[in-house]
Amino acid sequence: MCLAIPAAVTKILPDEMAVVSIDGVSKEISIALIEDLAVGDYVIIHVGYALTKIDPEEARRTLDLLRELSAE
Amino acid sequence: MKYVDEFRDKEIALGLAKAIRAEVDLARPYRFMEFCGGHTHTVSRYGLEDMLPNNVRMIHGPGCPVCVLPAGRIDMAIHLAMRPEVILCVYGDLMRVPGSQGASLLKAKARGADVRMVYSTIDAIRIAEENPAREVVFFAIGFETTTPPTAIMIRLAEKKHLSNFSVFCNHVLTPPAMQNILESSDIRNIGGVEIDGFIGPAHVSVIIGTTPYEFIAEEFGKPIVITGFEPLDMMQAILMLVRQVNEHRHEVENQYRRAVIRDGNLRAKEEVSTVFELRDRFEWRGLGRVPYGGLRLKPAYTKYDAELRFGMRELCVADDPACECGAILRGIKKPVDCKLFGTVCTPVTPMGSCMVSSEGACAAHWTYGRFRDHQQRPVS
Repeated sequence: MCLAIPAAVTKILPDEMAVVSIDGVSKEISIALIEDLAVGDYVIIHVGYALTKIDPEEARRTLDLLRELSAE
Repeated sequence: MKYVDEFRDKEIALGLAKAIRAEVDLARPYRFMEFCGGHTHTVSRYGLEDMLPNNVRMIHGPGCPVCVLPAGRIDMAIHLAMRPEVILCVYGDLMRVPGSQGASLLKAKARGADVRMVYSTIDAIRIAEENPAREVVFFAIGFETTTPPTAIMIRLAEKKHLSNFSVFCNHVLTPPAMQNILESSDIRNIGGVEIDGFIGPAHVSVIIGTTPYEFIAEEFGKPIVITGFEPLDMMQAILMLVRQVNEHRHEVENQYRRAVIRDGNLRAKEEVSTVFELRDRFEWRGLGRVPYGGLRLKPAYTKYDAELRFGMRELCVADDPACECGAILRGIKKPVDCKLFGTVCTPVTPMGSCMVSSEGACAAHWTYGRFRDHQQRPVS
């Protein structure tokens, strides 16, 4: 039940709603749990709600670390 | 898919497996429990256990909210759904969860109950607005991940003055369950399991942050690594746990930094604390009554509490004695240790809750792991 997926925000709608794209598939979700969201941000969605923004800088750092650990 | 595919890279996974092999001490066991069903799914789907040294064992924990819902709560929901005035809105996973004597919400629907699958709490609100003459009840279930959407929905119902809407609340909390696994008195009866560290919840931690797990690490001396659900996330977390064990550390570390921060989602936590309060005890399948293990509505919101509105009676139903879900949820037994596994209990005909949700240990093993068992069986 706690599985959630990353999606790109494509449109901000009124009433704390937004349209997101999941690999090209559009879906309307609630963004009531998130502040300061902009088109182009990636969010983690679960049961129709965005739970958090994905931090692109931290994602890049984790991937760099993974490559580093893997090459040791 | 961005933020998915790059965390499934095979070459990096092989490199991480090599790094883990290089660091484990072959003279000792490493027993790590993944608390979340999502992690159990990842372990099975990507065959992670095959990439680990033999002395590193993954133990499947209780972290699937569908699996830990006791049969009595399903029976209560079925009784409610059979009332002619009620429309019961449920997440899809719940439809086939067994109650007592093989009952389920799907079978209740076949007998005429108005049970509707919803994807989101937003759908439940819409159904209430479209059916003002009916009583719409949302069957709320889930860990800290799913609780904020329920809280938002209740506040929205209040804002919209919806008088035909209520919630059957079954939200549960992860840190008390982790504590229960480590110190429950039931361990004397059904046995305990040795745990050297935890793979910590991913999306639960998105909401509550990493701080609620610090007492587990400190008081029980168990390392915890909060981890994402992709295979590379888990491989990195296992390496981090191995290092903590080797260095005799027991800290909460955060591998899932792209989504989890120490304090979690403050807005979500505020919504939850506005609407919900702790129950003194709440029954979990497999764990019994967990102190402070569940939530109920605060007095200001009890008008939305379906248990009060419909005078719902608490039902306690014993699981089928042949079903080993309880021991499997605690990590004491594996799915194949249950004699029902793969015979009368399959995803099509689940006898126990571990077989219902795709995140359940038995369903994950049925889908991805049982062929491995066959290959490993000694040839006579």
